[in-house]
Amino acid sequence: MRHPRLVPDNTNFPFMRFRMAALVASIIVILASIGLVAIKGINWGVDFEGGIVLEVKTPQAADLAAMRAALESTGANGIRLQQFGDPTDVLVRIAAPSEVASEAQVQIDRIKGALTGRLGQDIQFDRADFVGPQVSSELLHDGILATVVALALITAYVWFRFEWQYSLGAMISVVHDIAATVGFFAITGIEFDLSSVAAVLTIVGYSLNDKVIVYDRIRENLRLYKAMSLEELLNRSLNETLGRTMMTAATTALALLALVIFGGEVLRGFTVAMLWGVFIGTYSTTFIAAPVLIYFNLRSAAQKAKAGEGAGKDKTKGKSLAHPAQ
Amino acid sequence: MRNPTWKVILVWAAVVFGIVLIVPNLIPEKTLDALPGWVPKQRITLGLDLQGGSYMLLQVDTAAVVKDRLDTLSNETRSQLREARIGYSGIGLQGQSVVATLTDAGQLQAALERLKSINQTVGGSAFVGVGTTELDITGDGNRVTLKLNDAAVTARVSSAVTQSLEVVRRRIDELGTREPTIQRQGADRILVQVPGEKDPANIKRLLGQTARLSFHMVDMNADPSQPPPGDFVLPGVPGSPGPQQYVLNRRAELQGDNLTDAQPTFQNNEAVVSFRLDSIGSRKFAQVTQDNVGKFFAIVLDDKVISAPRIREPITGGAGVISGSFTVESANELAVLLRAGALPAPLTVVEERSVGAELGADSIRAGAIASGVAVVAVVIFMMIYYGLFGVFANLALVVNIILILAGLSLLGSTLTLPGIAGIVLTIGMAVDSNVLIFERIREEMKHGRGPVSSIQAGFDKAMRAVIDANVTHLIASLVLFEFGTGPIKGFAITLSIGVLTTMFTAVTVTRVVILYWHRRTRPATIPL
Repeated sequence: MRHPRLVPDNTNFPFMRFRMAALVASIIVILASIGLVAIKGINWGVDFEGGIVLEVKTPQAADLAAMRAALESTGANGIRLQQFGDPTDVLVRIAAPSEVASEAQVQIDRIKGALTGRLGQDIQFDRADFVGPQVSSELLHDGILATVVALALITAYVWFRFEWQYSLGAMISVVHDIAATVGFFAITGIEFDLSSVAAVLTIVGYSLNDKVIVYDRIRENLRLYKAMSLEELLNRSLNETLGRTMMTAATTALALLALVIFGGEVLRGFTVAMLWGVFIGTYSTTFIAAPVLIYFNLRSAAQKAKAGEGAGKDKTKGKSLAHPAQ
Repeated sequence: MRNPTWKVILVWAAVVFGIVLIVPNLIPEKTLDALPGWVPKQRITLGLDLQGGSYMLLQVDTAAVVKDRLDTLSNETRSQLREARIGYSGIGLQGQSVVATLTDAGQLQAALERLKSINQTVGGSAFVGVGTTELDITGDGNRVTLKLNDAAVTARVSSAVTQSLEVVRRRIDELGTREPTIQRQGADRILVQVPGEKDPANIKRLLGQTARLSFHMVDMNADPSQPPPGDFVLPGVPGSPGPQQYVLNRRAELQGDNLTDAQPTFQNNEAVVSFRLDSIGSRKFAQVTQDNVGKFFAIVLDDKVISAPRIREPITGGAGVISGSFTVESANELAVLLRAGALPAPLTVVEERSVGAELGADSIRAGAIASGVAVVAVVIFMMIYYGLFGVFANLALVVNIILILAGLSLLGSTLTLPGIAGIVLTIGMAVDSNVLIFERIREEMKHGRGPVSSIQAGFDKAMRAVIDANVTHLIASLVLFEFGTGPIKGFAITLSIGVLTTMFTAVTVTRVVILYWHRRTRPATIPL
């Protein structure tokens, strides 16, 4: 019985041949992300910027100009109106009125009153969020801390399970993924809020998952093919795991796609970012995590560790020898 | 090659337990309560983003707590110095200190000695040790400084937060909303979650008042622009028929903590609040009303005079009535506030999120559809890709979903919209472990192994990668759980539970199923 395959059997892509090009591309992506964040900036959500967000459902198709006029009459600052989903759904965003949190409460009531006055009683407030300036800066601080802690713990784990070269490689690739994801938020203008931090951490988790599996294969092959050039060995490892890399990316992307399409407006930014993360994580496994090992003097370390154990065999049949048949 | 019996039992037990744990979610709550105690009753609660409701983070005004204490201390300092006949030219507040300037520097020692008596020990905290006092009293020239030390401030703030928590709970209970969550967060914050309450305006109005009630005699002869010493000026409630400003005796004759009950009622067709006093309060009230018949008695709430009725006759029964320009609602609200007691310090809302029930219902629907589509898509994809082995993986996936839901029920955790996303994501990634194993089995076959040996080697060799991959994932999820709040925590919970169940189902369940299939059919090759 033959099943369709995402990747043909016995592939032999010379991934390492493109490592310089990929490295340059990755550096460009990182620089571009930094540039985008610096120039275009990130569309901070209310969680991190503070302020008021209202989700409003109007009886007829929303008249944004009328709504803006009603809002301006309340003296609100930094008014942003945005249509989403149905033409009757509008997201109203207003900057935090002042340092005094209690004034924001008054303002929410005033805004609701003004909108109801202009658009009639049938207007519906589906969601109202207010984040005070103190809380928003704490949330941002916590988000950054969470990312750093996760990165540190995972790097430590990989170091513990593998060798330092792997953990350094994993860390470099994940930093790349984070940079590329933040750049993605900047270029798409998707709002960066608490759930975006969750998306970033999930991407970190997914991406490392991918790297650990490829690293596991590299480590195994290092023991099996002692005379093979590192470049060839990395290529071999990547090709051997290519089927699983693509398959997992496909099923994860499939599930995420279901969320993007059917999961509703609230989750869209979150899921789109994770979909991007699957792509960037898969890329960085192949073109960053593996090739950087070449520069870390991996072979000598591995040989030192394994010195004296079953010396100098390099046989393609090595596997069946290494593992006695049942 | 056969399944050890314990493993088969383990898998079946997990499935049965899983289903038993999920069932309470499907039974209406009332029926569930009627069942005997040994029946598991933990169920998944829906987050506020799914069932609609309000989330509020309130901050206790710690500056007000400190200010309050300093005000009391400066009053005590004043009366102590006066009693000891030590002259002073001024007593003022400076940061965290009360500073008294003496007229005669020679009396410094006497003043220091005298003021020691107002230095209390810091209230019962184990951390500061017994006998730690709350003031650092120092003298310099003709100035005495009484500094409220940090331990005292911490203890005061902490007890103010505890007290506020209690008052907030009583006030919200009075509203009769279902299952509110009220908990302390951090050093000086209180988290309030009220499901089903779409418009938190009610709650905010209720929590926005300190509700400090006191009764003062009105000084009828004084001029508001120049109140005599011992008096102070307070405004009337805006819009009420009485005067704009009242001159009152600074000393409160009676305070809100003497109240035992308050109820809204009617008097002469007007909404009023009747109250009852405890025995000490009753005695004081009787005394005051007896001594001051014919004078005006002001009822003050949060530094505003509600009303100042004339005392017609002594009131000895320990009960009275607060009139003012009340509506039925505002009388009821005041009664609620008085019953629940005063907040030790004002509360401010520093974060608020409310979701309408309609949006919540939309989110549930969207989440359910997305989950369904994701499951179907992944299941079909796996079947096309791996055929029979895809079916095995799908079986494991179904067990996995059962176990995730069981885990959520067991922990009684809150399912949020991002939490649903976490489940969907887990569905997508859970098959990864099976993919790893299957790809490995294929490889082993390519290297010329027989079916049994390939299956065995496939599982054994993929194991390490499966564990390492899942542990890194678990680390990221747990960090997210630790740092996340609200909906994000819900995401981290489902993701963490998902990783754990995946390790079990993808490895153990699939293995048991594959070995069973192999024993039954004895295939010559593996259809992978």
